[in-house]
Amino acid sequence: MTQPILTGKNLVKRYGKVTALDHCDFELYPGEILAVIGDNGAGKSSLIKALSGAVVPDAGEVFLEGEQVKFHSPIDARAAGIETVYQTLAMSPALSIADNMFMGREIRKEGFMGKYLKQLDKKKMEDFARQKLSDLGLMTIQNINQAVETLSGGQRQGVAVARAAAFGSKVIILDEPTAALGVKESRRVLELILDVRSRGIPIILISHNMPHVFEVADRIHVHRLGKRLCVIDPKDYTMSDAVAFMTGAKEAPVQ
Amino acid sequence: MKKLLIGTALVAVTSAGSAMADAHGTSACLITKTDTNPFFVKMREGAAAKAEELGISLNSYAGQVDGDNEAQVAAIETCIANGASGILITASDTAAIVPSVEQAREAGLLVIALDTPLNPIDAADATFATDNFLAGELIGKWAAATMGDDAATAKIAMLDLAISQPTVGVLRDQGFLTGFGVDVKDVNRWGDEDDARIICNEVTAGNEEGGRTAMENCLAVDPEINVVYTINEPAAAGAYEALAAIGRENDVLIVSVDGGCPGVQNVADGVIGATSQQYPLLMASLGVEAIAQYAEDGTLPANTEGKDFLDTGVSLVTDRPADGVESISVAEGTDRCWG
Amino acid sequence: MTDSQSYEDVVKDKGETQFAQFEDERKGFLGTVQHTLHVNPALVPLIILVTAIALFGMLLGQRFFSAGTLTLILQQVQIVGVLAAAQTLVILTAGIDLSVGALAVLCTVIMGQFTFRYGLPAELSLLIGLCFGALVGAMNGFLVSRVKIPPFITTLGMWQIVLASTYLFSRNETLRSSQLREEAPSLLFLGNKVSIGGANFTFGVILMILIVVALAYALRSTAWGRHVYAVGDDPEAAQLAGVNVHKTLMSVYILTGLICAVAGWVMIGRFSSVSPSASTGVIGNIQSITAVVIGGISLFGGRGSIYGAFFGAMIVGVFEMGLRMAGADPQWTFMLIGMLIIGAVGLDQWIRKVSA
Repeated sequence: MTQPILTGKNLVKRYGKVTALDHCDFELYPGEILAVIGDNGAGKSSLIKALSGAVVPDAGEVFLEGEQVKFHSPIDARAAGIETVYQTLAMSPALSIADNMFMGREIRKEGFMGKYLKQLDKKKMEDFARQKLSDLGLMTIQNINQAVETLSGGQRQGVAVARAAAFGSKVIILDEPTAALGVKESRRVLELILDVRSRGIPIILISHNMPHVFEVADRIHVHRLGKRLCVIDPKDYTMSDAVAFMTGAKEAPVQ
Repeated sequence: MKKLLIGTALVAVTSAGSAMADAHGTSACLITKTDTNPFFVKMREGAAAKAEELGISLNSYAGQVDGDNEAQVAAIETCIANGASGILITASDTAAIVPSVEQAREAGLLVIALDTPLNPIDAADATFATDNFLAGELIGKWAAATMGDDAATAKIAMLDLAISQPTVGVLRDQGFLTGFGVDVKDVNRWGDEDDARIICNEVTAGNEEGGRTAMENCLAVDPEINVVYTINEPAAAGAYEALAAIGRENDVLIVSVDGGCPGVQNVADGVIGATSQQYPLLMASLGVEAIAQYAEDGTLPANTEGKDFLDTGVSLVTDRPADGVESISVAEGTDRCWG
Repeated sequence: MTDSQSYEDVVKDKGETQFAQFEDERKGFLGTVQHTLHVNPALVPLIILVTAIALFGMLLGQRFFSAGTLTLILQQVQIVGVLAAAQTLVILTAGIDLSVGALAVLCTVIMGQFTFRYGLPAELSLLIGLCFGALVGAMNGFLVSRVKIPPFITTLGMWQIVLASTYLFSRNETLRSSQLREEAPSLLFLGNKVSIGGANFTFGVILMILIVVALAYALRSTAWGRHVYAVGDDPEAAQLAGVNVHKTLMSVYILTGLICAVAGWVMIGRFSSVSPSASTGVIGNIQSITAVVIGGISLFGGRGSIYGAFFGAMIVGVFEMGLRMAGADPQWTFMLIGMLIIGAVGLDQWIRKVSA
């Protein structure tokens, strides 16, 4: 097997007396969609936060492409090529699509205006944003300067995924991307996910929606009681098996 | 939004309409510290009555709060832009207003300081005011005479106006102490005296609330206080409440300055022992007359002999006259009171 | 895959391609108005301002509608205008700064007293005053961003501290214009003016306009400006999106403090004196918040344009001047301004409904 692109080893995170991550391991391989499932409180989000720099683990190590990395903030993780689409989307509703896509990594103009007056190159950013949205099939964009709050839930999700896909060079983490969406919109987001994978970028997908997980995932990481219980292939198990593993109703398969 | 705009327009039209009628001919401005204090309300009444009598138009302005220099500066600028002949002003900040006053005088307006002299006093063309030092001196003398021999061991609370020591407050305070027989040291500052009879100097902002708090603070220093000087009658009323709360309202001598109707009534009721009455209505009406005169032939008003301002007079109001201090009765004071 | 997923196949087979159609579906006149205001929040105050000037111009004629009077209004609002610019920055981050006016007054006292009491060159005192403003701003920023005290509480406390420091430090001395003119003309620099015809522009007015234009540029066209809006809109989202929220807040409060100090300098120029009891210390915060709110800037943060705050300050100035000239009771001004504030915030709520 090839070398994993993102690895977690023995990750530990405690909040007071609660142990959210209990010597947890994690592997993501190039080009795959890895789903992470688990009951509420199993420590899924702590795991994701540890990988994306939103929390610093108390113990354990994270490796990206075999190199050990230490993230102190999401900005560090992003700089290393790991993009996260949070459940809350992390977008500023009053700002435009283009503004949101480039939040924290704006492009400045060349020459005097950019260097001394720090003027932004709005046109370049807008063109880039438009390009990225059309790449992902988010066509028919009329106004890239439209405020994000005027978009529907699915459209916002689309913009957030596009932002991640545009800048995530190595790994994209999607946290419950379909949780707040209707059937049609979920459909479109799943297609978007497959589309991103087809570009060769591996994806970590956290979801409660078993049909969605089984539809798109290559492997499923089952999380239970703060650690990895097992990794299963969706082709070998049914959804009820997966739910049984994650709730403890069924013994995990030996690997 | 549209409604708001129409509303705005309506209010502007109705309020402006009345003023437009007499916008021509001689006009004068009256700028007071606030437009809520009865002293200034009376001043406006006096000015308005006289202006109507002389057939000149009068615009009145006031600050939002006492000490609002900015609003007064804006008011002076408006008067200049409006082409007024003269300005009557009771300055909130006697030094800071001076550049604006100079501007008005350069523009050919007659500027008369009412009640409160500017700093320096000659920054205005004339000052129509109460002799505040004399007002203080009268109550000081009266208090000393009333106490007789006990004055030598009196315990005095000084309830002043504001920490910034406005001239009025300093003059009344130092006048009182002089009248009472205390060495005032620097006559331009209160609080620098070292006479052991002075228990405290507290500020009241010239209202009931401040007077009460200040008196409570003083009583905390020495509950035996038996003479209370107050900057004005509202402060005196507040001090009385504080004394009443500990049952000492009858054995303390409270003196004050102003002569407003509620204050004179308080003298009648025994709350205040004596008060020095001043005459704001007279100040304002004399001021309007002076502006009318100036607009007609350029005559500048003259000062009272021996003083650097025009003294509009002051009388001691009490029903317990003391030897050697001239006073008028409460009945007489009520006839001439304001507010 | 199992059969249980097939319920979504209908949708899949139909091949929905119209997923992200960014089309404005709201139609009709009101919708258009709402959208226009959403994009240009400074439009309403501008319309009110122009209407007010036109109305007073018609009512009062040449006395009001002259270059001299109109530029006089600019002079009268210059302090509030500069404070409102500072206030805008903080309010855009969903904060509020109650210490602006008091800080401006304290800076005037520092500039004055360092010159007269300690005998420093006026230019140096000026610089110290400006630095002090930035320092107090930094303290506010630190308390808000790091110690997590709500901005209202932080600046409520700072307001009192600054006000008290002003009285204590100044010993209630007013520095008079004659003193300043002779010994520290550079403190009065902003009181100088250029006259074009009947119009008088003091340097303070020009500086106010420069500050507003510069901030408008920074807010609109630099990454920093975008970050200020993002932090005000949703600080957590901004943090996750990669904005350094702490640094942004610090920069906003420091800049606010600095602009307040500039307002102090403007104040010395306007009044030709340094008075520790200047009423700006007590009501400057409310005046600046009023201007900002009338200017259509949302107190919830992240929305509005700094031009709006400038127009808001001008509206107040025009009303005050117009009603004063008309000889109306000053209480009318306050009543009208009260109505404007409520109207402006009501409008803000309506505009925000676009997101629904």
